[in-house]
Amino acid sequence: MKTTYREAMRAALRDAMQRDDRVFLMGEDVGRYGGSFAVSLGLLEEFGPERIRDTPLSESGFVGAGIGSALGGMRPVVEIMTVNFSLLALDQIINNAATLLHMSGGQFNVPIVIRMTTGAGRQLGAQHSHSLEGWYAHIPGLRILAPATLADARGMLWTALQDPDPVLIFEHGSLYNVAGELDDDAGAVDIDKAAVLRHGDGLTLVTYGGTLPMVLEAANRLAGEDIDADVIDLRTLRPLDAHTVVDSVARTHRAVVVDEGWRSGSISAEIAARICEQAFFDLDAPVERVCSLEVPVPYAKHLEQAALPSVERVMAAARRAVGANG
Amino acid sequence: MTSLKKQGVADAEHALHLLRQMLRVRRLEEKCIELYSAAKIRGFLHVYIGEEAVAAGVMETLAPGDAVVATYREHGHALLRGVSAGAILAEMYGHAEGCCRGRGGSMHLFDAATRFYGGNAIVAGGLPLAVGLALADRMAGRQRVTVCFFGEGAVAEGEFHESMNLAALWQLPVLFCCENNLYAMGTALGRSESQTDIALKAAGYEIPAWAVDGMDVLAVEEAARRAVEAVRSGGGPHFLELRTYRFRAHSMFDPELYREKSEVAQWMERDPISLLQGSMQAAGQLAEKDWTDLQADVAAEISTAVGFAENGTLEPVSELGRFVYSDRPDDGSAGSGGGPGHGETTGKGGAAR
Repeated sequence: MKTTYREAMRAALRDAMQRDDRVFLMGEDVGRYGGSFAVSLGLLEEFGPERIRDTPLSESGFVGAGIGSALGGMRPVVEIMTVNFSLLALDQIINNAATLLHMSGGQFNVPIVIRMTTGAGRQLGAQHSHSLEGWYAHIPGLRILAPATLADARGMLWTALQDPDPVLIFEHGSLYNVAGELDDDAGAVDIDKAAVLRHGDGLTLVTYGGTLPMVLEAANRLAGEDIDADVIDLRTLRPLDAHTVVDSVARTHRAVVVDEGWRSGSISAEIAARICEQAFFDLDAPVERVCSLEVPVPYAKHLEQAALPSVERVMAAARRAVGANG
Repeated sequence: MTSLKKQGVADAEHALHLLRQMLRVRRLEEKCIELYSAAKIRGFLHVYIGEEAVAAGVMETLAPGDAVVATYREHGHALLRGVSAGAILAEMYGHAEGCCRGRGGSMHLFDAATRFYGGNAIVAGGLPLAVGLALADRMAGRQRVTVCFFGEGAVAEGEFHESMNLAALWQLPVLFCCENNLYAMGTALGRSESQTDIALKAAGYEIPAWAVDGMDVLAVEEAARRAVEAVRSGGGPHFLELRTYRFRAHSMFDPELYREKSEVAQWMERDPISLLQGSMQAAGQLAEKDWTDLQADVAAEISTAVGFAENGTLEPVSELGRFVYSDRPDDGSAGSGGGPGHGETTGKGGAAR
């Protein structure tokens, strides 16, 4: 069937609400407004205001309440409009959700799912455009998902809800309108493994989330230059499936990591380090990284685009890695 | 109204029980200070000495299924909620027999059996959790109450206000108990708040709120009973400001430069234990022998607890990675779930994720 990323997310929510009456959605404008990205449009009418629960603008309060309700036996899905706003709830996410199981010696697990948008590209300025999922991937106790495909948009939520531990799902804002075919019976997906979406022996392109379409396009264009790439969609940033990456690099001997976050201290830094630790003697060239430039994301279109990874930058990095045309 | 302002108590047997509860907390914490000084226990240690009437009065009104959320000054709350003194002390020793297997320490006591949810060291961090626990009960149609203890310092945090608003907006079954001991570490209430009447702040959120003499255990218990009943019967959140005082420093590292010794001495004249004991004795309701027996019983309990903690074992370092993620039924390991490539592993697998 033909669907969009947004519709796949909505179908996943509807499915979860129907399957388990402990599941409820809570967040700013998820109800009457229909979701700030229209993901939950229509769900209020279907499930009512107890389960599609509009909250005040108080991220720490309602994320903490979500954590408390998970402790109390519910299966909350908490939506935060953007990762930028999630910073107001960092205390609850890190000091409570990620920590309670360990501090309590295994007594209190926190089965919460927190969804939020991430990423730039829509001229929204710095406070709506950052990619901070790499920060969250730093935290033991959290599981970090980044659905980049329709199948993952449809399938990751239910798997996340089966997880006894807190799961954060990062949805790149540029993906919601992506349309395509999805199996009619598409459902829950494995979230432990990265996916190899394209096969090639020339080099390994590693990415996740919003930059996946760009990397696939770059790979297709590189193929026209006789550079055939493996494209790996990490899907899960914690726990990181470095195995799939290392296996690929062992075969291609070259790697380019693409990440919309900033380079310093980023998830791409972690991936590059894992490749160096586990596949150093397989490498024929230094690991390349394509990240956002180290500026707060600007508003003006030409500046914003210049700050972000692009097909051209990915292709240039790939050519450097294989030693073609500098 | 029951209050220690009168001479004697209405129910001497019950009062004796409350006296015992307060004394258990007092003696446990006096022992903690001793053990801390002997370097048997480490980390931060915040004692509740002087504030025992609050925990004793409130806990008395709860049912087994209710939930309790507390702060980092929570040894007394844990003890009176039903966690054994031995499990509490063993936790402070960092022993596997502790209520959190040595991973929490003094500030992070938890107990699933008694629904004791910490033990939160972030000021006001527990308030949203209490709101959520109450939300879960509300959505599941359970007649349970969640009690949330926090200090007056928490009212300056945004989470206090967010939690008051949410609880009142959604009419959730939670009792907020503000332990107003007048100092947030060394910062006096009047130096940090434009409005120092805390009950009034809660009332601003349309939450029924009272200020109560927190040194008078009978007054605390009566106010808490009324509030808990109202919450349980669907009356929405309620709020108690319990006016109390800590006789000791904020923590073992606090040189206490911010308050006069005379102020402390003045409050100590209203020691909640002496107050109840004196009232009962003056009214002939506490025989010398009963008081002596009570002290001996409590001393024996604490002594047994110290023995238990002292003889505890260390959690093997191979277990370090446990409880970062939940144990997964499919692989039997501690949250390894992680498949290959996680690089270094510690213990049973979870730590490296």
